[in-house]
Parts: sequence; structure tokens; C-alpha cells
Amino acid sequence: MINEILLMNGYGVYVWSSFVFTLSIFGILYSVIKLQLAKEQKKFEMKFRNLASEKIEFAKKQETFREILANTSVSKI
Amino acid sequence: MLNNINPTKIFFIINRLQKYILILFLVVLVIGLLEALVFSPEDYKQSDSVRIMYVHVPAAWISLGIFSIISILSFVILIFKNKNFSLITKSLAPSGFVFNIIALVTGSIWGKPTWGTWWAWDARITSMLLLAVFYLMFILSWRIIDQNDKAIKVSSIIAILGLINVPIIKFSVDWWSTLHQPSSVNLLEETTIHSSMLLPLSLMTAAFALFSVLIFLMKYNTELIKIKNKGLDRL
Repeated sequence: MINEILLMNGYGVYVWSSFVFTLSIFGILYSVIKLQLAKEQKKFEMKFRNLASEKIEFAKKQETFREILANTSVSKI
Repeated sequence: MLNNINPTKIFFIINRLQKYILILFLVVLVIGLLEALVFSPEDYKQSDSVRIMYVHVPAAWISLGIFSIISILSFVILIFKNKNFSLITKSLAPSGFVFNIIALVTGSIWGKPTWGTWWAWDARITSMLLLAVFYLMFILSWRIIDQNDKAIKVSSIIAILGLINVPIIKFSVDWWSTLHQPSSVNLLEETTIHSSMLLPLSLMTAAFALFSVLIFLMKYNTELIKIKNKGLDRL
């Protein structure tokens, strides 16, 4: 049974390489986009920490800023 | 009206949607893979090599679909100058391009046992390669051009020009004598593919569509944070 699935009547190399290629590309694209997102969130967090206290209070009132900070360590402070 | 589609409002929804779509994608993908690799029957002519169809065809459909959406939105961008739509098209392009590459590579792998060659300058394959070139030009226009307004204009024009290629890809098998067979799955006419093969094909298409939505949401989120980063500088 396992041999049949692996060999696929002699077409195993073609079938498995197509599926492995597709899933690998999925993994790479997901990782790259996830890294880019994490990098931007980190950059936002760093900038936010360096703001003057009155600006922090102003920024915290904005819904979008709060939403971004919810995914960073600032939300846990 | 179009300006009411506010990124700030959408931001809240995007963050929550991502997790659910990731879970749904993984579930559909696992079921789709089992159907495609284990449970679906082999073809009487192509034997097990037909299983490549379950990654090749959905990838081609989705890359074509994404490019069509990008092109239609580009018309709206040029007419109504909606900057949010330009963020949407920019965020859609990476997954569309990747699906285009998957369609080309898996098509090439399928071509070897079926036609005896990795590549042929057949109308369908060549027009799909041209689509990849349009995707690449679209993505590069955002990277190369520094001025945002100019990048929006150039990328929109590229997408609109690329739209001419979309019907060529779709009807190439009918207009020219190509190595590809005419389409077996039709929305308006009778579908000639057997249900035992249509099920894994539908599942894999659904999984690929969910993946493209997931990548789009993550990329769109990244683009929004980039804008908010600039907003913090101005505080």
C-alpha cells in the first residue's frame, strides 16, 4: 500500500516532486510574509517606546495604534 | 463611497480573520491532499501522473483570478484615485505571482511524462509565462519607483495592459492547436471531469484560495503598519 502510494506506477518522482515543490513554496512565502509583518510590528513598537509621554497617551487613544500594539510586548507592560 | 472603505476599520477585522483562515486552510489542505494523493483514482490514459493536476490546475486558476482582480481594481484606482485599492493590489500580487510560478513548474513536471518534454512554446504555456512577466513587472514597479503616486500609476497601467493576456490564456486552447486539452471544468457548459476527480480538484482549489487570502491579509496588514509607522513619525 505504502509502496503503491510512493511509486505511483512509475510516476512517483513527478507527482511527489510537484506536491513537495508546491508545499515548500507555500512554506517559504508564508515565512517571508510573516517575517516582514513581525519586522514592521517590531519597528512600530520601537518607535512607540521612544515617543514622549504625552505623545504616547495621544497614540494610545487611537484605535489602530492600540490594535498594532496588541501584537507586541508593549501590550503586556 | 469608495473612500469609506477605511483601512483603520478593516485593520481590526484582519487581525482576527488571519488565525481562523490559517486553521481552515490547514484542515482543507490535509483533506485535499489525502483525496488527491490517496483516494482519487488514477486516469485510464495518464495513470497516476494525473495527480499533478490537483496542484497545477488550482494554481493556474488562482494566479489568473488574482491578476484579473488586480487589473479590475487598477481601473478603479486610475479613475477614482483610491489609495486603499492600490494597497489591496500591492498585497495581492505576491501570492498571485507565486501561484503562477507553481503552475509553470508543476506544468513542466507534468509535461515530461505526458508529452515527453519539460517545456514547449505552446500558446497556453507561453501566455502563462507572459502572465509571470506582468506579475514581475507589477511587483518590481513598487520596489523600483520611490514616489508613491508614480508607483501607483505605473503598476496600475502594467496591470491593465496585462489584462489583455487573461482571455488569451483562457481561450488559447480553443483558438490555437496546442498540447493542452480543452478545459474539462466549465461554469456555463457541461463539466466533463468525473466527480471522483472533481472532488479533490475542488478541495485543493479551496485550500489554495484560502492560502492566497491568508497571504493577502498578512501582506495587507504589513502595508497598513508601514503607513502607521510613518504616522508615528509625524506625531
